[in-house]
Amino acid sequence: MKKQQRVRIPDMARRDREPLVYIENNDLMPLPPPLDDPSKDHNWAPLSAQAKERYEAALDDTCAVSVPQPKTKEEEEELVQKFLAGLDKLFTRANNWTFLQPLLLSMEHCAKCQTCAESCHIFEASGRNELYRPTFRSEIVRRLYFKFVKRGGVLSAWQHGDIQVNWPMVARLIELAYRCNLCRRCAQTCPIGADNGLVAHELRKLFSQEMGIAAKELHDQGSMLQLKVGSSTGMNAVVVKDNLEFIDEDMSEKTGLEVRTPWDVEGADILLIHNAGEILAWPENPGAFAVILNAAGVSWTLSSELAGYDSINYGLWYDDAQLARVALKHVQAAQKLKVKKIVLGECGHAHKALSVVADRILGDGLDIPRESAMTLLRDIVMSGRLKLDPSRNDFPVTLHDPCNMVRLMGVVEPQREIVRKLCPRFREMTPHGVDNYCCGGGSGFAIMSPNNFSDWRFHVAGRKKLEQILNAFSDCLDPAIPKYLCAPCSNCKGQLRDLLAYYDLWNKHRILYGGLVELIVNAMADVKPGFIEWEWH
Amino acid sequence: MTIVLYVVVWAGAVVFLAGCLARALQYARAPLHLRWELYPVPHESPERARHGGSYFETTDWWTRPAHFNLLGEIKVMGAEILFLKGLWEFNRRLWFRSFPFHFGLYLLIGTAALLLATALASFAVPALPRTTAGVILHYVYTATGGLGALLTVLGAAGLLHRRLADEELAPHTTGGDLFNLLFFILAVGTAGAGYLLTVPSDPSVLEITRGVLSFDASLRLPPVLAAGLILGALLTAYIPFTHMSHFIAKYFTYHAVRWDDQPSRRSATLRQRFAEYLAYRPTWSASHMGADGTKTWADIATSNPAQGGKK
Repeated sequence: MKKQQRVRIPDMARRDREPLVYIENNDLMPLPPPLDDPSKDHNWAPLSAQAKERYEAALDDTCAVSVPQPKTKEEEEELVQKFLAGLDKLFTRANNWTFLQPLLLSMEHCAKCQTCAESCHIFEASGRNELYRPTFRSEIVRRLYFKFVKRGGVLSAWQHGDIQVNWPMVARLIELAYRCNLCRRCAQTCPIGADNGLVAHELRKLFSQEMGIAAKELHDQGSMLQLKVGSSTGMNAVVVKDNLEFIDEDMSEKTGLEVRTPWDVEGADILLIHNAGEILAWPENPGAFAVILNAAGVSWTLSSELAGYDSINYGLWYDDAQLARVALKHVQAAQKLKVKKIVLGECGHAHKALSVVADRILGDGLDIPRESAMTLLRDIVMSGRLKLDPSRNDFPVTLHDPCNMVRLMGVVEPQREIVRKLCPRFREMTPHGVDNYCCGGGSGFAIMSPNNFSDWRFHVAGRKKLEQILNAFSDCLDPAIPKYLCAPCSNCKGQLRDLLAYYDLWNKHRILYGGLVELIVNAMADVKPGFIEWEWH
Repeated sequence: MTIVLYVVVWAGAVVFLAGCLARALQYARAPLHLRWELYPVPHESPERARHGGSYFETTDWWTRPAHFNLLGEIKVMGAEILFLKGLWEFNRRLWFRSFPFHFGLYLLIGTAALLLATALASFAVPALPRTTAGVILHYVYTATGGLGALLTVLGAAGLLHRRLADEELAPHTTGGDLFNLLFFILAVGTAGAGYLLTVPSDPSVLEITRGVLSFDASLRLPPVLAAGLILGALLTAYIPFTHMSHFIAKYFTYHAVRWDDQPSRRSATLRQRFAEYLAYRPTWSASHMGADGTKTWADIATSNPAQGGKK
């Protein structure tokens, strides 16, 4: 591999097909023991010759979106024109009232002080690679804005910087829009309030809503599949009910309690919506919810309506129309059952999408209350309705803060009250709460593994979280001590599962990951001991 | 010649105010956006704001009275505006250059306001400059003006040096960024030097301020000070048309974006405004959007492209 070069904005328009940067393990932010030797780190799988041949992959060592290469100059020019048309639309009221005001503010007032860079886990983990500096992407969009939207001339170019637009630049920008977790930690530290996360979000929207270009895991296999069959997992209502029935049986056997998941109960107090990925990947999570809610005597139900049993809303990360469509399906499912409120299971982005971002598009008649499962669970645990024995959780536990639930929604303490009560050896990560670091799977990365993108996801995007986990457990890395990384979010769990497996931290150091409800059921005195099985899954 | 200077000073002030107003209106008239808040939100109750929590931490929050802690917002904004707390916390190295620059500007703005007030008062009470209060005011605005100019020039020079020398900042610096800082150094430096070069027979700054207000053509201003005032007026007029007008943007980025956590169910106005927006007709071209220019956002949101566009 070549030595890392300091990339600059004009490089984005380079016509050669060579990536602008190469990243080697020695370039990356050092990790604490036992992963402190970069020479023992995994080598990155090189991008296949086929991928290089077929897709636009001239940004860095990987390829997330797999945009096919145009075959002719005319096709290239057409795509560039589409891009510029989309750019214009981003700044019009009719097309982008949803985020126009914050976007304008971020375009016109960045002081380029680079304060944001110090807070970005991707920039830091990459060894401060210019390409991943939060303002690198934003500065490109800003220059495009002043040149093509504001129609700035020579003076504007001198004031704001000039930019060349061609297809290689647009193609690289598509990929660059998918090198940000949208965690908005950078926006939190910006003295002016400019928001690089928003800029990446708006870029993704431009590509999706105008050019029909998005990561297939988010669009074709994500929101479109959910709108077609009901879930991005591909499960329709029949399959999901079958799976839950099996989970109920398994949970009954495991806990010694009769577990039954209620479906389509009209007039129930609560419609609980899980991320359906839990049902397939971590069935103990919806199972644990059922154990807790039934034991606490809560009136609740699941819905078998289209999308009513899958809380995911990937539109949040790339497309306003898809976001609105899925949010409406969730609310309509609740309306049909006449429930009092929707409670969102352990899924961070579903929390933010339905409770926060979609709030203002759910007008009169659609504004059914939405609530986090964290508060419901906190109330149950603190109420004394469950007989709990914290000594069953006498192992080191740390808590990951899902960005969408914590920094972007302000649900910080309820989950902490639970772990503080139930886990005598709980320790916080540093930093935590609203200052947390993203797991590296945010904005859809947790479900994206095209080409060799996983290598980038683990080496770069997840590196800061990996450092935090190792530091949190630094006093008990001995494999004889089982440790629990609690992540009350499906996407975070997916990323953490893959990250821990990549570095073999279960086998070597017995670091297990899981949700919050599993810790609660594990501490329930009426449940057979050992709900948490210390096995890798 | 003196009249030309007065015209430039007045024009600078008018352009500045008009530019700021236009910019503020541009943002204020932009449509309300979907919620995009960032925690901590300081108008939450103090116990929640401390850890960055929101009303979402309360069960059935919609049944509880809304809480708005204005004092919490004022405290955060005060520390941010006066002391650049965010920069202190997240970019300490830059703070040591940026704070003197900004605080120097605050002192200069305060000096200008004090001079203006004194000059206006002296029209009503011509003996004011010779009274004890007038003498005290003279020392106050001389001190704030001098210190303000010094801090502004030093801060701007420090920022300019950092922009040129720091390998993290230099690649992200445009000609415009350098010009802006140089403009500050030149304008404030010239005005400051002009003041220091004045001799007892020259008009005082209070007399100049009175002259600007009354268009007194009889005043003869020393050339360096006059040049400084003209440059200052030009700089003032230039600011609203650059990113340096972030003092306007910051109101919106904080109050209208970061801290805007108002749920629509608690505001009929919000619901009405968003109902209007849902009637807009977008023209996005991707096929799944189904936006042909005739369909509204409401039509699009209630269609299902995965099932042939049916509702």
